Amino acid sequence: MIQVRPIYVICVREFIKFFREKSRLLGTLARPVLWLFVVGNGMNSLIKPHVGFSYLQFIFPGMIGMTILFSSIFSSISIVWDREFGFMKEMLVAPISRMSIVVGKAISGTFISVAQAVIILILTPFLGIHLTVTQFVEVVAVAVLVSFCITSLGILIAARLTSFDGFNIIMNFLVMPMLFLSGAMYPVTSMPPALRHLTQINPLTYGVDAFKHVLLLDATPPLGPEFSLSLDLFIVTAISIIMLTLAALSFRKKE
Amino acid sequence: MRPLIPVSRLSARWYDNGSKNCAWRECRVNFFIKMPIINVQNLSKQFKTLKAVDGISFTVSEGEVFGFLGPNGAGKTTTINILCTLLSPTGGSAQIAGYDCIKNPDEVRAAIGLIFQDTTLDTGLTAYENLKFHAYLYNLDRKLTEKRIDEMLGVVELQGRKRDLIKTFSGGMKRRLEIARGLLHYPRVLFLDEPTLGLDPQTRNTIWDFINALRKKEKITVFMTTHYMEEAENCDRIAIMDHGRIIALDTPARLKGTVHGDVIHLVTSDNQLALQEIERTFHITAREENGGLSLDTEKGDEFIPRLLHSLPVPVLSVSLKKPTLNDVFLRLTGRTIRDEGLQNGKEITREFVRSHRRAQR
Repeated sequence: MIQVRPIYVICVREFIKFFREKSRLLGTLARPVLWLFVVGNGMNSLIKPHVGFSYLQFIFPGMIGMTILFSSIFSSISIVWDREFGFMKEMLVAPISRMSIVVGKAISGTFISVAQAVIILILTPFLGIHLTVTQFVEVVAVAVLVSFCITSLGILIAARLTSFDGFNIIMNFLVMPMLFLSGAMYPVTSMPPALRHLTQINPLTYGVDAFKHVLLLDATPPLGPEFSLSLDLFIVTAISIIMLTLAALSFRKKE
Repeated sequence: MRPLIPVSRLSARWYDNGSKNCAWRECRVNFFIKMPIINVQNLSKQFKTLKAVDGISFTVSEGEVFGFLGPNGAGKTTTINILCTLLSPTGGSAQIAGYDCIKNPDEVRAAIGLIFQDTTLDTGLTAYENLKFHAYLYNLDRKLTEKRIDEMLGVVELQGRKRDLIKTFSGGMKRRLEIARGLLHYPRVLFLDEPTLGLDPQTRNTIWDFINALRKKEKITVFMTTHYMEEAENCDRIAIMDHGRIIALDTPARLKGTVHGDVIHLVTSDNQLALQEIERTFHITAREENGGLSLDTEKGDEFIPRLLHSLPVPVLSVSLKKPTLNDVFLRLTGRTIRDEGLQNGKEITREFVRSHRRAQR
């Protein structure tokens, strides 16, 4: 079902292209820095500390989630490009399972997202946030799962779309609500009930919640995590598997 | 070997002729040729309102160059897409190398190589990287991969561009690299969908030289589609397609034989006298055209020497026009493929505009 060599080579191709395109590489490095220093610091000076946390501390888990969200969704665009330029056919007529194609794409997207999350973690001392080594490792581990989940979602959407324009529109209608309804910028509990239901079907909510578990150690709701860590990780993993399976199936579908 | 059983039974009669070996060999050759590598029975594909492929059946033997000729929209590409497992048919069956295209797609995929109408190379990678990617997808042995890549780059004469990005390649070079890639895993059947579309005549010839040379070297079956008549002449057999159906299937020579014979045009110093003489000797009525005589005949190349020999007047010039596949298509459908060729020009323009727009984004 899953073949190692095709997955490996699909990932390698993405990395080669990633490092070859200097603008993309620069954008990847710059985006988290921008969010942290400009948005984070700006908001921090605006909002007063609340129950022992500065706003910057509160938003930090959400910012990692946000970086992963953008990076993961945009790396799944490569599927749309591949289709536009015909390269997808090269993969589709090869004797490999559709699942291998999808998993290869998901793993390469995950790597790039996690790399961005790591950049943020390295820069945290400049913001006055100090992480222990355990926290660092835990955040990276959670980031891998969350990135994989969001990339899978992006791939599923990309797999079902045939035009580039459609992808842009859907992404803008999806990415922003996902961000605002995830508890990344403000506590989920402070939202009206209708919106709260939406947060519960948002995969990013559980990702951000997991980051809060690891980063905001003594916090309780509304600022701290809302669900248990095991539930967060279970949901994130389950969503990944469902998304990838659906994506593989939609590649198998032949009109 | 299983084939021997029917062969020995069949050839019992010929043993008495004293030419046993010969008969046996011939029989065996026939047997292998008759084992089709592509077997399509009653295949059809219905898109929402359009019947793209309408119950076609044909077989292709191993080592054959088989061509689909027809205007755009005749169903050629749809058929290829079904055969290479990208589309599922709405009816009928298709087997390649003994595997069913619907039930065993992976085995079929491993047995075939494809060159599509539009390029499917990754322009952000080098020639070497594109080939290596392919080798990994087809699970070629690591050591073998390097050897094959060099071998195939040699075949298409692109060794010098091994480490160059595809972005920098010309259209003809891209095509050649795609052929190299399609052959990298030694497929048993190579599919070429309009292999020379949008290429200049010189590059087109080069690519055909490659394919013909390759055919001699490897025992490969080539299945191609085209709407260029000249290109179809390279095939062993041609299926002429129109509106999703095969309307004729034979060798190019026999297909051309179905339209009326050759036309000889000659200019003599005294056309009237020549006309009477031809009428008297050969019982053919020549027509006076363009200051000369035109006459319809079978096997014009053999007829010309006899004609010249019998004429009492000096002949100033002779030309022979053989029927082309275009005449065949014209006779079968009442249209020429070239009419559609113009539309194809529009198609290329549209494609160009699209890619241009893409580049601007």
